[in-house]
Amino acid sequence: MTILQNFFNSLALRNSVKTAADLIATLCITLFGLLLVTFIIGRIIPIDPVLAITGDRVSAEVYAKVHDELGLDLPVWQQFTSYLGKVFQGDFGTSVLTSQSVLHDIATYFPATIELAIAGTLIGIVAGVPLGIASAVYKNTWLDQIVRVVSLIGYSIPIFWLGLVGLLVFYVKLGWVAGVGRLDVAYEYIIERQTGFIMLDAILSGQWDILQNFLSHLALPAILLGYLSMAYISRMTRSFMLEQLSQIYITTARVKGLSEARIVWHAFRNTLTQLVTVISLTFVNLLEGAVLTETVFAWPGIGLYITNSLFAADMNAVLGGTTVIGICFVMINIAADALGRFFDPRFRRSTS
Amino acid sequence: MKSWLLSDIPDSRFQAGCGQYYLIIKSFLRSPLAVAGLLIVLALVVFAFFAPYIATQDPYAQNLAKRLLAPSADHWFGTDNLGRDIWSRVVYGSRSTLIVIVTVAVIVGPIGLLVGIIAGYAGGIVDRVLMRITDIFLAFPRLILALAFTAVLAPGLQSAIIAIAVTSWPAYARLARAETCIYKNADFIQAIRLQGASAPRILLGHITPLCLPSIIVRLTLDMAGVILIAAGLGFLGLGAQPPLAEWGSMVSSGRDYLLDYWWIATMPGIAICIVSLGFNILGDGLRDVLDPRTR
Repeated sequence: MTILQNFFNSLALRNSVKTAADLIATLCITLFGLLLVTFIIGRIIPIDPVLAITGDRVSAEVYAKVHDELGLDLPVWQQFTSYLGKVFQGDFGTSVLTSQSVLHDIATYFPATIELAIAGTLIGIVAGVPLGIASAVYKNTWLDQIVRVVSLIGYSIPIFWLGLVGLLVFYVKLGWVAGVGRLDVAYEYIIERQTGFIMLDAILSGQWDILQNFLSHLALPAILLGYLSMAYISRMTRSFMLEQLSQIYITTARVKGLSEARIVWHAFRNTLTQLVTVISLTFVNLLEGAVLTETVFAWPGIGLYITNSLFAADMNAVLGGTTVIGICFVMINIAADALGRFFDPRFRRSTS
Repeated sequence: MKSWLLSDIPDSRFQAGCGQYYLIIKSFLRSPLAVAGLLIVLALVVFAFFAPYIATQDPYAQNLAKRLLAPSADHWFGTDNLGRDIWSRVVYGSRSTLIVIVTVAVIVGPIGLLVGIIAGYAGGIVDRVLMRITDIFLAFPRLILALAFTAVLAPGLQSAIIAIAVTSWPAYARLARAETCIYKNADFIQAIRLQGASAPRILLGHITPLCLPSIIVRLTLDMAGVILIAAGLGFLGLGAQPPLAEWGSMVSSGRDYLLDYWWIATMPGIAICIVSLGFNILGDGLRDVLDPRTR
C-alpha cells in the first residue's frame, strides 16, 4: 500500500515538475522573443547611435572609435547576445533626456503606474463582479440590459477622450477633484520618499494632508480606468456565471431546496479560477493603457516616460520602458495561468 | 419564395444555401441592437465614400478670421483653432478610420487563418513551433509595441497599420487552430481524405469555410479595439500626421483649447465612440447569429 502511495506521490511530483518546467520554458521563449523584437526595433531606428552620443560634428577617427566601442562592428548575433546579457543585468543604457540610467528612471516612474493600475483594477473588481453576478442571475431583465449597455459603452470609449472630458467636467466645471499630476506642486517636494508609492510614503510619514491631496488627484483617473475595467470584468463574470448556473449541480442544489443565495454562492465559487485570469488581464491592460492615461493626466508614470522619451528621440529609454512593460506583461500572464491552475481543483486532482 | 427558401428537401445546393442565409439574416434582423450596429458601420462606409458631398466645407481650408467658433447653423460642430470646419473634418476623418480598419482586417484575417489551419491540421512539431510564435506575439503589450514600431518606422497612418497588424494576427491563428482541431478528425473530413483529396484542398475547401464564422465575428469585435488603438496613436501624435483629418489627432489638437472651446476635442471623440460601439454591437449580434453553438 505504502509503495503504491509513494509511487503515486512521485508521479504527482513529476507531473507538477513537468508543469513548472513547461511554464518556465514558455516564459523563457516568450521573453527571448520579446527581447529579439526590441533588439530589432533598436537596430532599425533611423537614428545613428554613434551620432546620438558624439553629436553631429565629429571626426572620422572619433566616429570609428565610438562605433567600435558600441560593438557595432561585431556580427549581429554577437550584438544580440551582448544585448541579452546587458538586459539581464538590468542595463538598458543611459537616458539622453534625464542623463540617468534607464533602469533608475524606470524605478522612479514605475510606482506611479502601479498605483494607478491597482486603483483602477480594484474599482473594476468591486463594481464589476457584483454587477456581472447580478446580470447573470437576472438574465434578460432590464438590469441585465443596462449592465450590458453600460459595459458596451465602456468597451467603445477611447480612454484619452474620456479623460479629457472627465477633467473638463469634474475638475474645471465642478471642482470635485484635483487636476492633472500626481500631487499639487506644493507637496511635490515636501513628501518624504521612501518606497516611491506616494500613498505608502504619506501614511508611513504621517503626512495626512499629502495623502488627501494624492487621493484627490488619483480619484478621477482611477475611476475612469475602473469603469473600463468594470466593463470587461462584469461581462466576463456574467458569462462565467451563466455557464456555471446551467450545470447539473445547480439543478441538484435547487432540488435539494437550497436558498437562491446559497446557489449563487456555489456557482460563484466555481467561477473564481477564470476570474483570476480575467482580473490579471485587466491589470496588465491597465499597465499597457498607461501610455494614454498618463499622457492625459500628466501622471508621472512609465507610460508618460516612454512617450516623452519617444519625442526626444531617446531610444534607450523607449526600448527600456517597452522591455520592462513587456516583461511585466509576460510574467503576469504566466502567473495568472499558474494561479488559475492552482485554484482549479479539477486540475489538482488530475495531477495527484 | 418563402416556401422555396425554407423547403425541407432543397433541389440544389444553391437553394439550401439561400435557405440558410435567409434564416441567418432573419434571426439577425430580430435583434435591434445588432441592426443598429450594422447601420453605424454602413454609415461609416457611406461617410467615407461620399465625404465630399456630406461635408459642408473644405476640411483643410483654414480661415483664421473664423477660428474657434462655437457650433452654429453654419458650422454644425464649430471650428477649430485654425478656423477649419469640424463637421467636415469629422466626415473626412471617417476615411482614415475606414482605411485602417479595412487594411488591418485584410492583412490580419487571412494570415491568422492560414497559420491557424496549418498548425491545427499539421499538428506535431509544426503546430508547436507556430503556436510558440503566436504565444510570443500574444504576450506583447499591443499598444506599447505599436508605439515602439511607429516610432521606428516614422509616424504615419501606414506605420500605425503595420504596427496594429503585427500585434493582431496571433489571436486569429489561435482561433482558427482551435476550430481546425475540432474538425480535422470528423467523419466528413476523413471521408474526403479517403477520396484522395489533397491537404490544401481539405484545408481551403472544407476547413476554412467552417472557421470563417468565428473569424468574422472576432474580426468585427476586434475592429472596435483597432479603432481605439489607431485613435490612441493619433492622439499621441504617432498615427496620422497633420493636416490629415483623423479623429484621434483631432482630439489631441483640441486638448489645448479644452477649457474654453470644448467642442474641438469633444466632437471627434464622440465619433470614435459611436463607430467603435457600432462594431462592438454588430460583432455581438453576429456572434449570436453565426455561432452554431449558441443557435
